Amino acid sequence: MRPLTEAETRAVFEKLGKYIGENIQLLVDRPDGTYCFRLHRDRVYYLSEKLLKLAASVPRDSLVAPGTCFGKFTKSQKFRLSVTALDFLAPYAKYKVWVKPGSEQSFLYGNHVLKSGLGRITENTAQYQGVVVYSM
Amino acid sequence: MAAVRVEAMLAAAEEQEAEKRRSITVEKELELEYDLGNLLATDRNPPPAAALRGAGPRREALLQALARDNTQLLVSQLWELPAERAGGAGGPLVAQLPEPTFPLPREKPPPKPRPPTRWEQFARLKGIRRKKKTSLVWDEQAKEWRRRWGYRRAGGDPSRAWLAEVPAGADPEEDQFARLRREKRERVARNELNRLRNLARAHRAGSAVPAAPLHPTGHQDRDELRRVARVARVSTASLGRFQPRLPKEPAEPPSRSGGKKRRFEPLLGNLAAERSRQLELLRDMGSKKPVLDITRAVNKQLRQEEAEAAAANKGKKQSKRGKRGRRQQRPG
Repeated sequence: MRPLTEAETRAVFEKLGKYIGENIQLLVDRPDGTYCFRLHRDRVYYLSEKLLKLAASVPRDSLVAPGTCFGKFTKSQKFRLSVTALDFLAPYAKYKVWVKPGSEQSFLYGNHVLKSGLGRITENTAQYQGVVVYSM
Repeated sequence: MAAVRVEAMLAAAEEQEAEKRRSITVEKELELEYDLGNLLATDRNPPPAAALRGAGPRREALLQALARDNTQLLVSQLWELPAERAGGAGGPLVAQLPEPTFPLPREKPPPKPRPPTRWEQFARLKGIRRKKKTSLVWDEQAKEWRRRWGYRRAGGDPSRAWLAEVPAGADPEEDQFARLRREKRERVARNELNRLRNLARAHRAGSAVPAAPLHPTGHQDRDELRRVARVARVSTASLGRFQPRLPKEPAEPPSRSGGKKRRFEPLLGNLAAERSRQLELLRDMGSKKPVLDITRAVNKQLRQEEAEAAAANKGKKQSKRGKRGRRQQRPG
């Protein structure tokens, strides 16, 4: 486990910024505790300082996952955001999309959301904008 | 009938022979100059005029024909060389090329002169010049000219010396023969050591990177300036450990392995500093976002134009437009 380098931090923040914009500073600088990002076996974890101190005493091979996994770095050093970050991204999401109950299953199985399945959408959502999908 | 056919066949055969001979005989005004060692043939004939001017299929055809003729001549010359079968009876026919005569330019750059050895530097400093020594020395005992060193040298064979005087002031119990042998061994070892040192010095001097100018010239690029700044920072008595950083310089601990091994921040290091660094990074990233969102601006413009058009048509079909307008504007 180690802290992220500058380049890695930049990559992670750029990805997160696509979904939550400038609200990342609310993740970095929280009023209820010091939270930080750590890299463990190419995966980026978000954890509190208390948990970090506990995890530091676990041997590296035995440590499975400290904190919440936000995503991982691929072999070519690209950052891929993971669905386990959703709980942290959802409250701060800038653009939200609500899917109707009928198309929910279809979306979960990987299909696109058609216009008929779209319940609500934040106005002024640009094309190719990163969004958080909600169910109605 | 048969005679006519036979004549036709002979004529065809004759034609084929002539064709074959034509393909391997080439007529040239000036003979080519051959350097078969380099497989080189030089043609001094002036090329046909049409081959010189302009580009086009005719020029291409002429040049190709020229190349074919010259290659034919070169190959004919190669076939006239003495040849033999390599690897026994069934092996390929191998021609023996003569020595190349055409001087080719140097392939690699010329070797650099080696740096002078320590003795050479000292000699140059003191102005000592080499004394030319004769190769033969007069040996009194043998009463003849003997070599200076080597086989049957002038001083007699050192291994057959049966007398070794104890020098004045030396320990009488000491074995003089052993001392002589030991001293020779030490001399040889010292000589060898110095030779290797000189060699190492020459090798190192050859591969040393030329030092970049350490004072700022007007035209240095960013990487060079960064390198120079690093050298300047490390050139203190404590090797840059207590040197204050420049405003925008990243706080990096100096890597002792010269940058070969990656070093990371400590796991539980100063978390407050890490947080502030990340916030600063976010600020830098945020400030570069474009202020003008093109899509939004275009949509705004379109809506404005629509509103104007609607206002212009206000006087005409008002009721109809109102109903339809309202229904169209709802899912917005």
